[in-house]
Amino acid sequence: MDISQVTHHPPSLPPTPLVRIRNLHFRRGERVIFAGVDLDIQRGRITAIMGPSGTGKTTLLQLISGQLRPTAGTLLVDGQPIHGLSRQALYALRTRIGMLFQSGALLTDLTVFENVAFPIREHGRLPESVLRKLVLMKLEAVGLRGAADLMPNALSGGMARRVALARAIALDPMMILYDEPFTGQDPISLGVLVSLIRQLNDASGLTSIVVSHDVNEVFSIADDVYLLAEGRVISHGTPAQLTADPSPWVQQFVAGLPDGPVHFHYPAPPLAADFLGK
Amino acid sequence: MINRFIHLGHAGLSTIASLGRASLLLFAIIAGGLTLFIRPRLLIAQLFNIGVLSLLIVAVSGLFVGMVLGLQGFTILSQFGAAQSLGVMVAASLVRELGPVVTALLVAGRAGSALTAEIGLMKSTEQLAALELMAVDPIQRILTPRFFAGVLAMPLLAALFSAVGIMGGYLVGVGLLGVDDGAFWSQMQDKIDFYDDIINGVIKSIVFGWVVTWIALFNGYDAIPTAAGVSRATTRGVVTAALAVLGLDFILTALMFG
Ligand SMILES: Nc1ncnc2c1ncn2[C@@H]1O[C@H](COP(=O)(O)OP(=O)(O)O)[C@@H](O)[C@H]1O
Ligand SMILES: [Mg+2]
Repeated sequence: MDISQVTHHPPSLPPTPLVRIRNLHFRRGERVIFAGVDLDIQRGRITAIMGPSGTGKTTLLQLISGQLRPTAGTLLVDGQPIHGLSRQALYALRTRIGMLFQSGALLTDLTVFENVAFPIREHGRLPESVLRKLVLMKLEAVGLRGAADLMPNALSGGMARRVALARAIALDPMMILYDEPFTGQDPISLGVLVSLIRQLNDASGLTSIVVSHDVNEVFSIADDVYLLAEGRVISHGTPAQLTADPSPWVQQFVAGLPDGPVHFHYPAPPLAADFLGK
Repeated sequence: MINRFIHLGHAGLSTIASLGRASLLLFAIIAGGLTLFIRPRLLIAQLFNIGVLSLLIVAVSGLFVGMVLGLQGFTILSQFGAAQSLGVMVAASLVRELGPVVTALLVAGRAGSALTAEIGLMKSTEQLAALELMAVDPIQRILTPRFFAGVLAMPLLAALFSAVGIMGGYLVGVGLLGVDDGAFWSQMQDKIDFYDDIINGVIKSIVFGWVVTWIALFNGYDAIPTAAGVSRATTRGVVTAALAVLGLDFILTALMFG
């Protein structure tokens, strides 16, 4: 990693992207997940990262949030090299990033209200009455003020995800990472989520990264789309540009064709070799 | 043949790697200890979970163990005409050995397994990752209070076990079998030494509290984050803790009383 070159980069000049990834390599054991990814997340926009299951979309979010360390390459978040930061600086940066986990990841022994209050209590010292108003406001934003006193196990999957979203915006972050926000949602929650993501982004000047493989939903809200496959960015542009991209890779994904240049199978030796036991 | 050696080598390496990870985790847990002064409530909640909720099982087990000691002790001692020393025998067995050891085994089964499952589930449901992303250190926040609660609760529970056990021995020995009341207590007072017996027993139970809680937390934290992984980690945690307690008891006994 050539972090030394970038540590003196002036932080947060307006036109610089909020997240800047260059030549990212990442491996899990022997398996190469990323082999040279370049990617920019522009401020104030919704950027979608798409790709088939198992391409490493979740892994990319874990890299951006500093949970994993790249094998090589640079990764700047708001001008700071996230993997060269001290623990304290990393935590300071993370208070400005919200993440919506695939499962919601609510703390199961706290009520909905306490879950949303949790990051605020941890990082600020607000009088209880102010805190209460703030939390109820966040819950109101996701339409769940009435569920404040429920325990997480009493929530449906869609509600849990919205509570998790309220928690993710509790500290008014500069950026929210959404991991597969649309999977497993009924059509109504889906519509609610899609418009919530758009509203939150535009109302509070957030930057959003949406990781997903649901082409329709993503194309309806994203400003910018990156398509990943086999460890690389195979296409990048607005939804309209992607739809018009003649490349068979992109067409396969956008049109949802079962086979094409992107293989449906996890890498494996030829079937005959496995069957014959050698 | 060669394969067996390779297998053995892999098993050895992975054991050493686990020990390394467990040690690193322990350092991180202890390094987070300062937070408990800032937020004593976290510790108190876990003292309740690990300590108070184990009171009943520890007290009942202590009573039965003490009663059995009274019966067995009386049978043996009366063969030598030494039934008056029953109090000493019961108290020494409990304070030196059975109190710390049986309490540790009970806590490993009752509280340790719960800790492993809880941490493992928090990991598999991404709650630990969520904390990390909210800039809250999950080790400091979740593991540290549980660890110190275990270390603090164990000697108290062991003391309770021994005290109730002595009452059980008294009930059977004096109440049922007719050992002299005065001799039971006075010989016990005379022969049980504060440093040799009681302090050594307390040291044992502090060590056991440390080891049982550490093993339980590590297995949860290191669990493969799936249902099967967590269930395996829970079993492994209890088995490892039980073996560690018994093995360490032998070593400590040899050092203290050998
Ligand atoms: N903890 C892990 N250990 C080893 N391999 C993993 C782990 N998590 C994910 N993988 C592998 O990394 C690849 C990318 O995973 P992931 O980022 O979850 O994909 P996506 O979110 O795009 O579906 C997958 O092939 C998966 O098998
Ligand atoms: Mg994923």
